[in-house]
Amino acid sequence: MPRTRTPVVAGWFAGDGKDFRLVGTRCSECTSVFFPREDTHCRNPGCTGGDLEEVALSRRGRVWSFTDGRYRPPSPYVTNPELPWEPYTLIAVELAAERLVVLGQAAPGVTVADLTVGQEVEVVPGVLHEDAETIWTTWQWRPTGVTA
Amino acid sequence: MAADGGDGMTEDVAVLGAGMHPWGKWGHSFVEYGAVAARAALADAGLEWRDIGSIVGADTVRGGYPGYVAGATFAKALGWQGARVTSVYAACASGAQAVNTARAQILSGLADVVLVVGADAAPKGFFRPAGGDRPDDPDWLRFRVLGATNPTYFGLYARRRMAVHGDTPEDFAQVKVKNSALGALNPHARYRKAVTAEEVAASAVVADPLRLLDICATSDGGAALVLSCMEFARRHGAVNPVRIRAVSTVTPRYPNTVLDLPDIATDSAVAVPPAAETFRESIAHAAYEEAGLGPEDLSFAEVYDLSTALELQWYEDLGLCGRGEAVKLLREGVTGPGGRIPVNASGGLASFGEAVPAQAIAQVCELTWQLRGDAGDRQVAGAHVGIAANQGLFGHGSAVVAVR
Repeated sequence: MPRTRTPVVAGWFAGDGKDFRLVGTRCSECTSVFFPREDTHCRNPGCTGGDLEEVALSRRGRVWSFTDGRYRPPSPYVTNPELPWEPYTLIAVELAAERLVVLGQAAPGVTVADLTVGQEVEVVPGVLHEDAETIWTTWQWRPTGVTA
Repeated sequence: MAADGGDGMTEDVAVLGAGMHPWGKWGHSFVEYGAVAARAALADAGLEWRDIGSIVGADTVRGGYPGYVAGATFAKALGWQGARVTSVYAACASGAQAVNTARAQILSGLADVVLVVGADAAPKGFFRPAGGDRPDDPDWLRFRVLGATNPTYFGLYARRRMAVHGDTPEDFAQVKVKNSALGALNPHARYRKAVTAEEVAASAVVADPLRLLDICATSDGGAALVLSCMEFARRHGAVNPVRIRAVSTVTPRYPNTVLDLPDIATDSAVAVPPAAETFRESIAHAAYEEAGLGPEDLSFAEVYDLSTALELQWYEDLGLCGRGEAVKLLREGVTGPGGRIPVNASGGLASFGEAVPAQAIAQVCELTWQLRGDAGDRQVAGAHVGIAANQGLFGHGSAVVAVR
């Protein structure tokens, strides 16, 4: 039986390949952007509150900072305790157009040695983990090869 | 006029007593640690538990239901005597919320003398979110989606300092060297052994660039304070008590542009320009404004060194130096023993480990002992004004200014 591909969180990203994007919302009144998405009310305290419209975030941004997890995180992060722990890299990325910083895991194989603050990265689709029925999908950051 | 709508300065509140249960991994209930600390604070104040009109407990989320109603839990453990009860939670800032609640009751005349207690019994390893599937909870999501433990956020901040300010891992290690030497002098600390830079460098990387000895542990511990109005203190014979002059409990201002635990993203600054000062800077600013003094008036500071790099960040956020100048301050010994403004004379979280709801209260205990001249071998000479600062998850600012 083919496994289904399910986003780890519904509504946070969409599209395939080069069309893959993080998805947030934008206030029609004040233009504030929200990721993770706000769907009920604009959080700008100076805004009377407009409609929150879905918006795709910029595909590329620059590294604000990065780190890695050398030890197995606790649940609800899903890992196989039978397998040795493989460190993962986390990248905080500044999106210029939206003027916000979004955290994400790096694409497989990207280590802290491959990264510098200010370097350009792009968002790509990735797999968080798989089980018998489901491939849980997520977003990942990957260097574009353009340096600071 | 203060940003909070108040008119700025407030009256002082007296610290009549301070007490702690030593930090460690003792394997007992948080209730025991809190009760031991409370009895120590009462004895220090020369008061009976029955003299106390109100008790404020700082909650723990790790002790089941009794932890969520910590005020009543401690009151029962000490023996029901009818006191007014309050329980508060604000993550790492819970202790400061408890102090501020007690202060508000005293200044409004609801109570003359209040007992403040916080205690925790911490698990081994990483803190983890509450159980169940809760996709609306940022604290659950950051673990589920990213595996982002607390140390990974500390790693992000440390790497950012290295890139922007040129700090090095060797600089970070010197914070641990300083704090461990001070913790060795503190009988309440968990770790009482001086650590060398070589030992920090030889410890395992937990979240690049931070190593095990850069990151504070999770600990058991308990701390308590007896606070009163100045009139009660005089009647009680406390001629020149330590006085709390300000408590800052501010929230961030939109847009908050520094990635904060447990968030996955910052606010967007596209529609509203960010305030000139960051959230952490605003925490200290509010405390200074209420106290009517500034960083130049401080004799010493206790800051929340969840990591070595974060201690450096606090130097700048408290205005002890300009942005990017913290390492210079550290290298010149300004924040070390005998320096112009010693930071974490207690040994800090580096020597205690974090017992979440007790920690901000423990910081005020240290302010109290230093200002009284009772801090033994770690005494800051001529201590007259001290500040304690911390930050709780989900946007809780916390700073306390005490004077004598």
